[in-house]
Amino acid sequence: MFRLFRAVLIRDLTLALRQKSDILNTVFFFIVVVTLVPLGIGPDQQLLRLIAPGVVWVAALLAALLSLPRLFANDFADGTLEQMLLSGEPLTVIVIAKVFAHWLTTGIPLTVISAVFALMFDLNAEVTVALITALFIGTPVLSLVGSVGAALTLGVRGGSVLTSLLVLPLYIPVLIFGAGAAEAVSVGVSSSAYFLIVGALTLFSLVVMPIATAAALRIAAE
Amino acid sequence: MTSTSIFTPEGMYRFAGKLAVPCLVSAAIVALIAFYLGFFVAPVDVTQGNSYRILYIHVASAWMAMLLYVLMAIFCILGLVTEKKLWPMIAASLAPTGALMAFLALWTGSLWGRPTWGAYWVWDARLTSALILFFFYLGYLALQNAIPDWRRADKACSVIGIVGVINVPIVYFSVQWWNTLHQGASLTSSGSSIHPIMLTALLVMVAAFWLYTFGATFARLRSIILEREKGEEWAQELALKGEL
Amino acid sequence: MDQWGSFSDFISMGGYGRYVWGAYGMVIFCFICELVSLSRRRQRAAKELLLEARAHQAEEDL
Repeated sequence: MFRLFRAVLIRDLTLALRQKSDILNTVFFFIVVVTLVPLGIGPDQQLLRLIAPGVVWVAALLAALLSLPRLFANDFADGTLEQMLLSGEPLTVIVIAKVFAHWLTTGIPLTVISAVFALMFDLNAEVTVALITALFIGTPVLSLVGSVGAALTLGVRGGSVLTSLLVLPLYIPVLIFGAGAAEAVSVGVSSSAYFLIVGALTLFSLVVMPIATAAALRIAAE
Repeated sequence: MTSTSIFTPEGMYRFAGKLAVPCLVSAAIVALIAFYLGFFVAPVDVTQGNSYRILYIHVASAWMAMLLYVLMAIFCILGLVTEKKLWPMIAASLAPTGALMAFLALWTGSLWGRPTWGAYWVWDARLTSALILFFFYLGYLALQNAIPDWRRADKACSVIGIVGVINVPIVYFSVQWWNTLHQGASLTSSGSSIHPIMLTALLVMVAAFWLYTFGATFARLRSIILEREKGEEWAQELALKGEL
Repeated sequence: MDQWGSFSDFISMGGYGRYVWGAYGMVIFCFICELVSLSRRRQRAAKELLLEARAHQAEEDL
């Protein structure tokens, strides 16, 4: 099973790295969206410091959403997905490997880049660390939950908009607690509960979502 | 008279046919009773004046919205597990009424909020959770609409329904944590803090909403059955005999 | 029972009439809309089924 996981992971990473523009586009989108906010609201530093965690997280959600079709659409289109289904290998392992690859090429870059926003929003060191940590722990949820939406809408007309409608409400808990962690640090309140809950959400998604995604993939490929 | 089980499309079609209108009629009657109790027996509230009377339909619709989603998810699970045609049909017939209840919870909550808190919308735990629940319903309905093959649509909706229902308590908990402006749950297991007459009126109104839901769901279920069983002999026979 | 001095008192709900009747009105309106749309859906479904049944019968008669 681990060999299967490794094989799919390496495959997806190789494909993603060949098409680097996908990853770069996601990160670029993330940066642009976050940059737009001060331009729309005004340069009041105090205000920006307050809203930074929320803005960064919302932008991360949207960037993750944009990158979801990449998960299955290509494999679905060229028949690889069907081969995976017919191969008799455990589909959930394949899904977890693909989602992990997705996180490595989406969540991780977003997490790393968010350090830049410390400058943009004049965040102090502790808040920045909290922001980055929360993103690191919480972005897997974006990939995991997103995979369910992506699988359900495979081949459906208007798929990506529909995916957003399905997935964004499901992102709300991780948004609340992820942004809340950095916000708590910024007002000097204990943030441990927030981090624990984000971690719990990630673990929970890790257990539940791949099963749902695998079921959705089977439904889509029938 | 056939002895078809009501757990088949044909049997359910007949069964629902007998119950739909009686449910709707009793819903109207029970609602009138609730209205009488709520407006003519229950007194004015000390703090909120007469605006509190929105509570009857706000709480009723909010509860229905939540309960129907759970019910829907149960039928989704049954549909995936047993492969019986009827279960996903029932889930599909519950969804629109559930969505309507969620909308009404938002609308009535907003109108109650204005005189109570001074604004049509406040980001308190209950209203926000209700809004998100409404989004869950919309997602379900959108997915159903987007997939033309109803077999695939049912299964896909079942997945999102189950994922959604697992998330409902998580979202609720998250939003509560996030904001605790709304008055604490008046109807908790430790005893309710509202006037007994108001409570009675509320429960009667909830009963009326349940009856309405049964009626509307049965009616929709019948249409869904006719749509999907178009090719079946029993349906075509009924149509030709004019006994639909 | 006699808490409403007059009918106009009842309608104004102590100043909150807009909100109370706006809420109840929407509920009733929505229920009526839902029932009307259900009735229309049923008629459409029944009509299509009848067409299908007649076509099928015509085929069989051949």
